[in-house]
Amino acid sequence: MKLYIKYDGIAACRVILQEQLERLNIKHQILGLGEIEISDNVSREDLAELHTALNKYSIFVVDNEKSQLIQRIKDTIVEMIYENEKLPSVTISQYLSEKLNFSYGYITNIFTENTYSSIENFIIIQKIERAKKLIIEDQLTLTEVSYKLNYSSVAYLSSQFKKVTGLTPSAFKRIVDKRRNLAN
Amino acid sequence: MHILIADDDEDDRTFFSEAMMELKMNNKLTLFNDGKDLMDYLADPEIVIPHILFLDLNMPFMSGFECLKLIRSNNRFKDVSIAIYSTSSSEKDIEETFIEGANIYIKKPNDFTKLKKVIKEVLNINWQFHSSGLNKETFFFSI
Repeated sequence: MKLYIKYDGIAACRVILQEQLERLNIKHQILGLGEIEISDNVSREDLAELHTALNKYSIFVVDNEKSQLIQRIKDTIVEMIYENEKLPSVTISQYLSEKLNFSYGYITNIFTENTYSSIENFIIIQKIERAKKLIIEDQLTLTEVSYKLNYSSVAYLSSQFKKVTGLTPSAFKRIVDKRRNLAN
Repeated sequence: MHILIADDDEDDRTFFSEAMMELKMNNKLTLFNDGKDLMDYLADPEIVIPHILFLDLNMPFMSGFECLKLIRSNNRFKDVSIAIYSTSSSEKDIEETFIEGANIYIKKPNDFTKLKKVIKEVLNINWQFHSSGLNKETFFFSI
């Protein structure tokens, strides 16, 4: 005898999720594909039990470690760019791998895979963001900014600024000043 | 991302929306035939606030520039990024739109591949500003 079946994978998945969560008495809401909101605290044991139970059905809880690491990478870069009076002269790759205890290769791979952006790109955007602040809030000259942010020359800072914003630093300053006048 | 586009030229609307669709970035796109249409839509308090607006600078009834001023005078849309596009590449036009509150100025390319590349870059940098806590007050991008 042969049986022919048809099934709806998504609906089946919802039922499995619901059954398993209810079995463990976890208050929840299924938000849609791939997301569940858990409304109260769940013990580590129950969470581990949930992972195992779901794995049997080839349903996997995406672990948070990766996104946590990405957040740490971002925080470390921002901290390095903002908190020091002057950027440290070690290379960024060295700085990151020392602070985070991972090889730089691993760090860049995980970052690129998950953020649609490279670390280098993220660093450039953050440095230009700091440059904007220094130009506007601290009224520093480009020479001072390029020294503080460890650019080899003012020309290099200007060209990177132009690449990120499409504007020269002086056009940028003019726009911000006029905008403020308009607001007042 | 929720994206709105206002452009009076049907070909341009198609051009833009096809470029965006081809990027496969999971965007929700709504098109408007002119600035007035867009403003009527935005006046509805029930709508989901979009992430980014693309406005053609030259439109009948209400230009992109007028829309920009109106939208920026309403606090409800303070987190919305506004991208203006035009065939003009005059420095004065560009600066003027930034001063009035635009975040992005696009010199409209004629070539489809280039347009796709430009839109990709715009959405990417806009996403960086949204997700990395950068200052929106000084977010300008001219391409």
